[in-house]
Amino acid sequence: MSAPCVTAIPSMSLFDFAAGREGYYGAYGGCFLPEILTSTITELRDCFRACKADPAFWDEFVEVMRTYSGRPTPVTFLENLSNQLGGARIYVKREDLGHTGSHKINNVMGQGLVCKRLGKTRVIAETGAGQHGFATATMAARFGLKCKIYMGAVDVARQRPNVFWMENLGAEVMAVQDGQRTLKDAINECLRDWVTNMGDTHYVLGTACGPHPFPEMVSYFQSIIGIEARGQILAEAGKLPDRVYACVGGGSNAMGIFQGFLDDAGVELVGCEAGGFGPGSGGHASRLAYQDASLGVAQGYKTYFLQNDDGNMLETHSIAAGLDYIGVNPILVHLWDQGRVRFEAATDAEVRDALRLVMRTEGLIPALESTHAFVRAIAEAPAMGRDEVILINQSGRGDKDIFTVADAIDDQAWKAFIRAKAVDYGA
Amino acid sequence: MALEPYLRARRAHKDLLLMTHVVCGYPSFEDNWRALEVMAEFDVDLVELQFPFSEPSADGPLFARANQRAIERGVHTRDCFAFMARAAARFPFKLLMMGYYNTVFKMGEAAFIEQLAAAGGTGFIVPDLPVEEAGELHRLAAAADLDPVILMTPTNTDARLARLGQAARGFVYAVARKGVTGTKTAMDEGLVGFIERCRRATDLPLGIGFGVSSRDDIDFLRGRADIAIIGTAALSAWEHGGAPAMQEFFAELLGRTQARGA
Repeated sequence: MSAPCVTAIPSMSLFDFAAGREGYYGAYGGCFLPEILTSTITELRDCFRACKADPAFWDEFVEVMRTYSGRPTPVTFLENLSNQLGGARIYVKREDLGHTGSHKINNVMGQGLVCKRLGKTRVIAETGAGQHGFATATMAARFGLKCKIYMGAVDVARQRPNVFWMENLGAEVMAVQDGQRTLKDAINECLRDWVTNMGDTHYVLGTACGPHPFPEMVSYFQSIIGIEARGQILAEAGKLPDRVYACVGGGSNAMGIFQGFLDDAGVELVGCEAGGFGPGSGGHASRLAYQDASLGVAQGYKTYFLQNDDGNMLETHSIAAGLDYIGVNPILVHLWDQGRVRFEAATDAEVRDALRLVMRTEGLIPALESTHAFVRAIAEAPAMGRDEVILINQSGRGDKDIFTVADAIDDQAWKAFIRAKAVDYGA
Repeated sequence: MALEPYLRARRAHKDLLLMTHVVCGYPSFEDNWRALEVMAEFDVDLVELQFPFSEPSADGPLFARANQRAIERGVHTRDCFAFMARAAARFPFKLLMMGYYNTVFKMGEAAFIEQLAAAGGTGFIVPDLPVEEAGELHRLAAAADLDPVILMTPTNTDARLARLGQAARGFVYAVARKGVTGTKTAMDEGLVGFIERCRRATDLPLGIGFGVSSRDDIDFLRGRADIAIIGTAALSAWEHGGAPAMQEFFAELLGRTQARGA
């Protein structure tokens, strides 16, 4: 499938809101912001609506993604892994091959185009794993925008390579010291910046969460994944997939690939959350697959949050910084309610094992986040028939995780190298 | 007495009323109690009791940290209501619940209103609940004689201010500038113009908050607003030296002659 064919957004009743229910997906979503942001969010909503109604805007987006980020990304058949597991044929959508190494670039370039239409000159963004911040920094450099990235201090420490690139791309990276010092705290800090600087600043929210129109807007730009993937899997596998797997932190890569198959009733959609150390408060970031979350309103929207009885948020944990988030995309919750999306969790230990297997059998290095989707596919494939097809969204590449992975597999050669480097630097 | 007649009665013999702020359980409920005693000494008219929330994204660094510390110390919603009930029985000023919507949502709107009324609160300020989403909560509040305090902000259009004015009860909290709590606000012609726009949108008493921290600010607001809202500056004084520092702060802010018994 060549890029110029990527012109049609599927007709999605999801975004045909009933009167008075704009931004709601069933009982979830909405827009809960301080009054000071009302005019800013209204301006953004109106601008996005105009962009969406303008076919030339989507064409411009697709062209930018083709020439700047290498879209369309391919679909790869994992013949070795499929043979080894002995069940379904496994295919992978390669979002790791986009510029900056993850699907985040799709949303970022799209919002960059929106930002230009808004006439704003500065962007801010939160980041967890650093992939969204990295992508935003490249977009800002390319479009000539000032850029500030908020990142929890814990994440700064565990994703240093991305911090390095953000800073060298000209972005200012602020390590957030409040709260749990992870993704949710970076979002709070972005909101604080935005209520102060909304006059010249667009908030490039990185996932399909937060107040309307962000869940819709981020899903819109990420839908390019699913639109491409549907045509590609038909061409490569000769049929639609039986199951599509995607990891779910905030939910943007899952929304991206799932949208390609929402109208295909025979395609089962599987969201894979961070199971961390397993079920029980505080040891994971699984909002739907485990039973530890409940409905709440925070960070601008209504969804399932990992929270206590007072509505205060719980500690979360995942081996993958990008999945370590308290809330989840409201559209996915609605689809889960309706039985359209199944939710599962993958534990840290399962992720380590799956990553090793995928590296050795296929030479792929999925991000720790994306590896959560591989875990569930690998677990379920053997019980499926050889005529069945699995599609996994490899949302990002794993080389950013070199420090975490080296720790996880206790790689002595890497540790020796780091010690030698430290000596070089005069530590 | 409901909030609006209470404020009008106080306003009849004071040229500027005062609303202050306490983060429940920070540094401790004992400290909160002592702070309320100081506020009573200085004839404060209204106090917001902030129920701590883990994601206080509209608050600046000082209040954000105070929220976090209170939660870490194990402060629960029920403790805040219990504290409010004790304070309502003891102090002459009126009390408002201030907090984020998830606190209300998680306990249920009806239960929240019931417990707020039982604790002797007069109303509530929930800054992340837009009026479009507040219909049921405001209906429940009206039935219980509690007032939802609405925020007006300088970025609102006149049409939006009018819409906010319709929903407001008790008084209107006018946010003096963009940004979060706790940084300095320029008291200038821009603020005067904003106050005029608010006045056109509501007949209720008008409180001005965000960055009100000095004697000059109070002098500026006198004759222009009905209520000066003091938040971060008072907590900052407390952090610097407890009750004596807070007494010194209010004495300086208001002029010593305004302190009761002075």
